[in-house]
Amino acid sequence: MKKQIPVIGLEMHCELKSNSKVFSRAKNEYSELPNCNVAPLDLALPGTLPVVNKKCVEDALKVSLALNCTLPDYICFDRKNYYYPDLPKGYQITQMEKPMGVNGKIQIEVDGKLKDIDIHDVHLEEDAASLDHYFDTSTIDYNRCGVPLLELVTEPCFNSAREALAFLEHMRDIYKYLDVSDADTKKGQIRCDVNVSIRDEDSDILGTRVEVKNVNSLAGVVDTINYEIARQTKLKEEGRYNEVEQDTRRWDEEAQKTIHMRSKVDAIDYKYFGEPNIPMIRVKDSWIEDLKKEIPRLHLERKYDYINNYGLSNYDAGILVKEKKIADYFEECLSLGLDAKVASNWITTQIMGYLNKEETEIKDLYLTPKRLKDLIDLINEGVISSKQAKEIFFQVLDEKKEVREFIKEEDKQISDKEKLESIIDMIIKDSPKQVEEYHNGRTNLFDYFVGQVMKNTKGKANPVVTKEIIKEKLDN
Amino acid sequence: MYMDKDLTSLHELLKAKKVTSKELIKEALEKSKEIQEKYNAFVTILDEAKETEVNEEIISGIPFGVKDNYSTKGILSTGSSNTLNNYIPVYTATVVQNLLDKGAIMVNKTALDEFGMGGTGTTCNTGVVKNPWSKKRMCAGSSAGSACAVAAGVYPYALGSDTGDSIRKPAAYCGIVGYKPTYGLLSRYGLFPFASSLDHAGVLTRSVLDAAIVVDAMKGKDEHDMTSWDSNNMHLAASLDGKVNGKKLFYIKEVCDINNYPKANRELKEHLENFHKTLDLFRTKGVIINEVSIDKDILRALPSVYVILSCAEATSNMSNLTGIIFGPRGDKKNVFEMMREHRTKGFSPLIKRRFVIGSYILQKENQERYFKNAQRVRRLIVDIMKDLFKEYDGLIMPVASGPAKMLEQGDDVIDENTSILEEHLQIGNFGGFPSITIPDGFIDNLPVGINITGNCFQDELVLNLAYALESLMDYKGQIAKEVEE
Repeated sequence: MKKQIPVIGLEMHCELKSNSKVFSRAKNEYSELPNCNVAPLDLALPGTLPVVNKKCVEDALKVSLALNCTLPDYICFDRKNYYYPDLPKGYQITQMEKPMGVNGKIQIEVDGKLKDIDIHDVHLEEDAASLDHYFDTSTIDYNRCGVPLLELVTEPCFNSAREALAFLEHMRDIYKYLDVSDADTKKGQIRCDVNVSIRDEDSDILGTRVEVKNVNSLAGVVDTINYEIARQTKLKEEGRYNEVEQDTRRWDEEAQKTIHMRSKVDAIDYKYFGEPNIPMIRVKDSWIEDLKKEIPRLHLERKYDYINNYGLSNYDAGILVKEKKIADYFEECLSLGLDAKVASNWITTQIMGYLNKEETEIKDLYLTPKRLKDLIDLINEGVISSKQAKEIFFQVLDEKKEVREFIKEEDKQISDKEKLESIIDMIIKDSPKQVEEYHNGRTNLFDYFVGQVMKNTKGKANPVVTKEIIKEKLDN
Repeated sequence: MYMDKDLTSLHELLKAKKVTSKELIKEALEKSKEIQEKYNAFVTILDEAKETEVNEEIISGIPFGVKDNYSTKGILSTGSSNTLNNYIPVYTATVVQNLLDKGAIMVNKTALDEFGMGGTGTTCNTGVVKNPWSKKRMCAGSSAGSACAVAAGVYPYALGSDTGDSIRKPAAYCGIVGYKPTYGLLSRYGLFPFASSLDHAGVLTRSVLDAAIVVDAMKGKDEHDMTSWDSNNMHLAASLDGKVNGKKLFYIKEVCDINNYPKANRELKEHLENFHKTLDLFRTKGVIINEVSIDKDILRALPSVYVILSCAEATSNMSNLTGIIFGPRGDKKNVFEMMREHRTKGFSPLIKRRFVIGSYILQKENQERYFKNAQRVRRLIVDIMKDLFKEYDGLIMPVASGPAKMLEQGDDVIDENTSILEEHLQIGNFGGFPSITIPDGFIDNLPVGINITGNCFQDELVLNLAYALESLMDYKGQIAKEVEE
């Protein structure tokens, strides 16, 4: 059999951050207490009307811009009609005719290589209520009902679970960079529908497309894709490819397999039509210009900037750009004139270690880039040693005082050349035997002299200057 | 007897302390019970209604009625449907709240064709609403109870809603004023939806001035309704000066010419004669009224366009009625069976028929042929009207094909010949145009009406035209006088 190439498309749903829900005034907030964030509209009480949350629209447009999509001339919404107990209105307000963006294109990094991804569309819609099923009863929690949901649909442009995962992680970072979502899979904020088919290596004709709905973790997406590729390939190998049905399936986490839900012939007709209660909103150029100003430089661009223009390693640059606030911190260090590699080392080791240990965020860190610079300047000026700097680093953070407060006169490094010369002269004078042996070829006695200087100065002699003077004195 | 008076008179009487708010309520409640007994106009009579302080607001201290498809907090709101026969809302519709905030007193909730989906007043879950001019006749609908109560003198005004002609036709059949303002002048928040793009809030009164006063008190941009708009610089009552000299109106030849109806009965003939007589009367005030021809094919399409669009939206709008969160819950184990039970038992056959039509129209394979084409025809007729409104200040038309229909012959059956005559008020809903019906005469001692419709946002102009015409006739403030048939 010819080699099979998997073809995968993703529909990624991500809950957006906002004060209130996308069409009602209830709080958009995760809560353990059921049905505490509910407005009349969320229960579809007769006569209630949707009112669009402007922030959600703007956030959706920002994502659309970040994905280089073509924006609509007008924003409008559509109804997707179906009956389900988690959908009180009997329809979901979504976007069909004019999504927030279409035909987007972005690059992602997969195993160190760049790959182009085509975006079909991005649209804004509302989430449904959550259902809990018990032995003989089910409960409905309307807290999630009406939470803003951004759905991103890709073209079938992935060829492996690895690529799909890289894309989802990339998007998660973008949502965080744009500050439009916490994109937290643990809270169910990201859910995916996965489309998988296989084709012959030398053919462009796609095989039968299988859709797996509502996969709610990134690991689940990987497992789903791998399972489907294996299932479909096996059937093809066995000459039973006609058993691969164009169906809708779900991922069963426990059984670790996909399970048939419905066939294409049973596909639901959602009877889409324009939502009459929301007037069309014109997308003015000035509005888009304002939104563009709020979009920061994204992580991949920053990463390649750090690698190509500041000589950082792919690994270090990757760590720095993972979180926008850390990348911003790094860039502030650069703007203060700190050496990129030195700043990167401090951030990726000392600072991130501290943040992890203390479970705090860089924005709350007392050691601002300015204070980090103070500290590094003192090393460069030879006032303190690297070892001392690390101690002072913790003191600054613990006591929340300026760096200079921790530099005691007696602790200062001795870099004064004259002072060191007089000490070294004295040691050379007191060690005629060692000097003679050194000149006779025992050059490793050099360290003896350095050791004597350190002993004499209680370790405060600047080692670089000390070595320079000793070499000069002994070799002349 | 006070409840047969207009708002301004009542306000003056209250101010002068010649009558109290409490006495008005007592009279309105007594009258409600009497009318309920005779004509079956109400869903709920609010015996607990309390007097309010009389302030500078004309409507303060004065009772009014509310169609039962408005959400009223703590008060049963059924939409005259069994699907909501136990529904007590947690919030009050914006327009109702605006009236209450100004000191108006709600004394009852009025019956309607189930969820407004009917034009007869005979499909309420509480039974048929009878016409106060003749018990053998219908009020038309869907604001049947409101029209009946205002005509019978229960109070000076009641709220209605209008998706096709649901305020303006019952007004004509009951010999009163029915006004549906420009789409969005009144908030729809809290109005149970039938077809959102066609639904309008509005009012039934016995004079144009009262209609203006009530809408002034209800209007305003509502943050709960995105289709509402700021009308702070619009003052309806204050703008009524009756000066209409030189204003231009038109009527549609294909609807108003008696020669279009070869099989016309006596009532229709008299109705159209009376219409043309009314036009002549209006011309004496210097109003120019011309006959305009509109493509008959487009006019003929109107009723179908209305059915398609309204049924499609209604199917979706009423998908929330499942009995899961509110309304009587179906007694079944499985949730989908519960929903089916609720809807099967709750809705009348007429509504179910409309749902089937709406569902069919919205099916993927039918959308282009029916739904999209209906939207195109809607756009077409609205564009024709807007073009005409460049030259004319308004459209003036007879309402329906005569006085109120007999109950026995009256259901939703459309007489092929007079269908455009019966349905043309829908143009006002297609375009969201301000539109008002006032009484313009009698046939066999039963009232008939005339309608004026203008361009969007021209509410002041439309009301002023109606106000001027009203002042030329003797029907202002009339109370129904029952005839024996």
